[in-house]
Amino acid sequence: MTSITKPPVRHPSLPKNSLGLTKRDYEGAMSTLCAGCGHDSVTAALVQACWELELPPHRAAKMSGIGCSSKATAYFMKQSHGFNGVHGRMPSLATGANAANKELVFIGISGDGDSLSIGLGQLCHAIRRNVNVAYLLENNGVYGLTKGQFSASADVGSKSKRGEANVQPPIDPVLVALSLGASFVARSFSGDKAQLVPILKAAIRHNGFALIDIISPCVSFNDHDTSTKSYRYTRQKAHELAPVDFVPLRHEITADTGASNAVSVTMHDGSSVRFRRVASEYDPRDRDAAYLHVREHQARGEIVTGLLYIDESASDMHGVSGTIDGALVDIPFEELCPGSRALAELMDEYR
Amino acid sequence: MPDSPMTIPGVGLPAGVNDFAFKMGTVNGTGSASANTLLMQAIFRMGIPVSGKNVFPSNIQGLATWYEIRVSKDGHTARPANVDLVVALNTATYAKDVAAVRPGGFLLYDSSWPLDVALVREGITILGIPFGQMCVDNFEGDRNRTLLRNIVYVGSLAAMLEIDMGVIGELLREKFAKKKSVLDANFRAIQLGYDYAKQHYDCPLPFHLETMDATKDFILLDGNSACALGAVYAGATVGAWYPITPSTSLMEAYKEYCERFRIDPETKKRKYCLIQAEDELSAAGMVIGAGWAGARSFTSTAGPGISLMSEFIGLAYYTEIPGVFFDIQRTGPSTGMPTRTQQGDLLSIAYLSHGDTKHIVLFPANPEEGFYLAVQAFDLAERFQTPVFVVSDLDIGMNDWMCRRLRWDDAYRPDRGKVLSADELEKIQKFSRYADADGDGIAARSLPGVHAKGGYFTRGSGHDKHAAYTEDSADYQEVVDRLARKLVTAASAVPGPDMHVESQSRVADVGIVSIGGCHAAVMEAVERLRRNGLSVDYMRIRAFPFAPSVRAFVESHEGCFVVEQNRDGQLRSLIALETGLARDSMISILDYGGLPLTADRVVAGVMQQRNGAKAGPKLASLASG
Repeated sequence: MTSITKPPVRHPSLPKNSLGLTKRDYEGAMSTLCAGCGHDSVTAALVQACWELELPPHRAAKMSGIGCSSKATAYFMKQSHGFNGVHGRMPSLATGANAANKELVFIGISGDGDSLSIGLGQLCHAIRRNVNVAYLLENNGVYGLTKGQFSASADVGSKSKRGEANVQPPIDPVLVALSLGASFVARSFSGDKAQLVPILKAAIRHNGFALIDIISPCVSFNDHDTSTKSYRYTRQKAHELAPVDFVPLRHEITADTGASNAVSVTMHDGSSVRFRRVASEYDPRDRDAAYLHVREHQARGEIVTGLLYIDESASDMHGVSGTIDGALVDIPFEELCPGSRALAELMDEYR
Repeated sequence: MPDSPMTIPGVGLPAGVNDFAFKMGTVNGTGSASANTLLMQAIFRMGIPVSGKNVFPSNIQGLATWYEIRVSKDGHTARPANVDLVVALNTATYAKDVAAVRPGGFLLYDSSWPLDVALVREGITILGIPFGQMCVDNFEGDRNRTLLRNIVYVGSLAAMLEIDMGVIGELLREKFAKKKSVLDANFRAIQLGYDYAKQHYDCPLPFHLETMDATKDFILLDGNSACALGAVYAGATVGAWYPITPSTSLMEAYKEYCERFRIDPETKKRKYCLIQAEDELSAAGMVIGAGWAGARSFTSTAGPGISLMSEFIGLAYYTEIPGVFFDIQRTGPSTGMPTRTQQGDLLSIAYLSHGDTKHIVLFPANPEEGFYLAVQAFDLAERFQTPVFVVSDLDIGMNDWMCRRLRWDDAYRPDRGKVLSADELEKIQKFSRYADADGDGIAARSLPGVHAKGGYFTRGSGHDKHAAYTEDSADYQEVVDRLARKLVTAASAVPGPDMHVESQSRVADVGIVSIGGCHAAVMEAVERLRRNGLSVDYMRIRAFPFAPSVRAFVESHEGCFVVEQNRDGQLRSLIALETGLARDSMISILDYGGLPLTADRVVAGVMQQRNGAKAGPKLASLASG
């Protein structure tokens, strides 16, 4: 549990960001997930990422569906509005909220049951619309709240706690997102905060749908030796593609991480993401290559992690539909209602 | 003596000048719809009250379709029970069309193809005009000939019914202003039909048109457009939907109005966001997401979509999020008859979703009321922080109705309900989202992005008045009891019933309750029953939860008739459930075959029961009992 109830005492030496907020200000209610749950590590990474990004908490909206992962929206940024909706349908709530007020920062948290079974359709269509939301899919291959049924991301042959092997092929959210034209696709591991934090920061700053598949082991139902979503298995098989640095716009770039093997992608707001290449041929702007790379490693039983694909040129939902700059909720009524004169003119046409 | 002949007042009245009905039987996808609209508009512009009912198939091309036009100098717009003239242009339905002519009426058919002698009927006049052959002889190209055949019959009807040719010409010129060649062809076609009828038949027919001045303050408008216009005027900015007949044209109309009224003049960008969702579940989610974020948001759907939205509606009810849901009812259950009308969603919508739920529902009777109730629905949704339904139907939604010109009061400002501003939140000690400060059952809400003190967690799981998760019985009940109180408050805020009583001091012998699109037929029936010497009071329900006057009316009229368009008497059951009055104390008059209600059906229902009652033993009510 990352966020236990703490007295409202501020330690004077806690570092503050430019808003004067400490990391504690980005925490939320006490987690009710099991001790050791991967999701709590993701929450901790989110707290870190949001604090470092200096997000005003009340300008963020936390959206989730139903399931263990979806509970996590309550465990960070208590000053933000949070919305724990219905199972598998967070993408539509986020889409509607974003349609109304695109000035908010949307963070969606879901799981493999919520996103890949009951909510697969909504996930796919939110990707197609390129709704501006950082979408965290906390993936543990199992239904935790209903005590251990396989989810649609369970690998073939992976065994349940009771020893039963999964026989149906898994749905890989990364491959789904790549094939649907997602503009930001990443995979990470809840146990790798160093990798996760910059990916989350880039995802939040990305202007469009950012899918982050995060392997997040379930200590109660899917962390045994015969599981492929366990801490041990993931640590052994994870294969980091390209370490990422997120460089906010207003921070001067001082350290050069080696120009010869670095790729820099400028984000919508002017900040940038920089990749230090491990695989020398890899280009995170090449969708087909990303797909192939993931598939090749899967064939070898390896899990590729990192920011796999990014396209900052893609328009988000509002860009495509040509909505005005600024939030729809901020338009005064007088500008929305055509008034009596326009109605009288219109009536003349219905004769 | 149930078999004794029964007289139904008004039935079989001879058709006359400006008082008759005719219908066209054509093939879907052949362009007849625009010809039929042209006919109706022409009559309307002659100043004569007119109504049109499109009885169309669930098909794009090839199946039978009918268009019924009623001309009524008295302004009756309900579907006619008798048709004086049938224009049969679809050989596949000749038998049906011949049978549809009232005794003494006329059949006009396309004599390019011989009429089967077996179909010839005694007592009607059969007229043939070779519409198809005339088009083959005069026009080039198959598609062109098919389309112009419709215009040729318009010309013949102009001669037979004395439709003002000047008005027809004016309408054609407006329609084809930019297409000179099309316009010329249409004029030729009109004239061909007109001349043929004049040369071969005694024109006009005994029933025909004479110019009046009764439509000056009226327009022709369909309910879906009216509701969409209401959404635009109410300031709705987010619409999400999934295509489904008969609701689709509502969202399409919203788009058209927005393209006209909601484009920023400088940037050309849109002051609205319209999303075609992947299904109705998602459409409902988007509406609720947008309502949560502070936009006026809405969707439009029909029965199957309402079923899919049920889960989300429960969430919005429990988490108290506004949204407007237009239900354009069609014939159910399941896919049913998607292009036919019904009032089959009354019960399911009143309590839609699982758990204890109850909703505000508005029932427009026609497009005009659809516009005003649409605006009111957005106010009620935000004031009561809950989903509000506007329940219309296919007949109101898709047919053009003659209604009074819509008006707008520029002093109108939306009722946004209790929404805390940044200043109010700044001053507040602690914000408790679900705490009822003033006892009306409505708690103040905060919108995301406004102030750090306004942040709270919206959840469909059990919550207490501070919006915190709870599994505590008392905390849970405190919230759901307040929700019940909120709906009690709503009962006196929604539009009360539309009362048509004979006298304030005396209760009439007959009480009739009805709802929505039945109104035109019931009003006509009431007029006829009163002319026949019965004293009749009529109450049209306009909203749910019911105002207290609903119970009072039903209670004071013994054996109150409840007229509605479904099989099971859903309105009657709803009244019984909500008022505690016995269901059996009301008598159902039901019509659920999918066509708009006729006044004859209502008059017959009342008379049958009254004649039966006079005979001694009380007869069971019609249909469901």
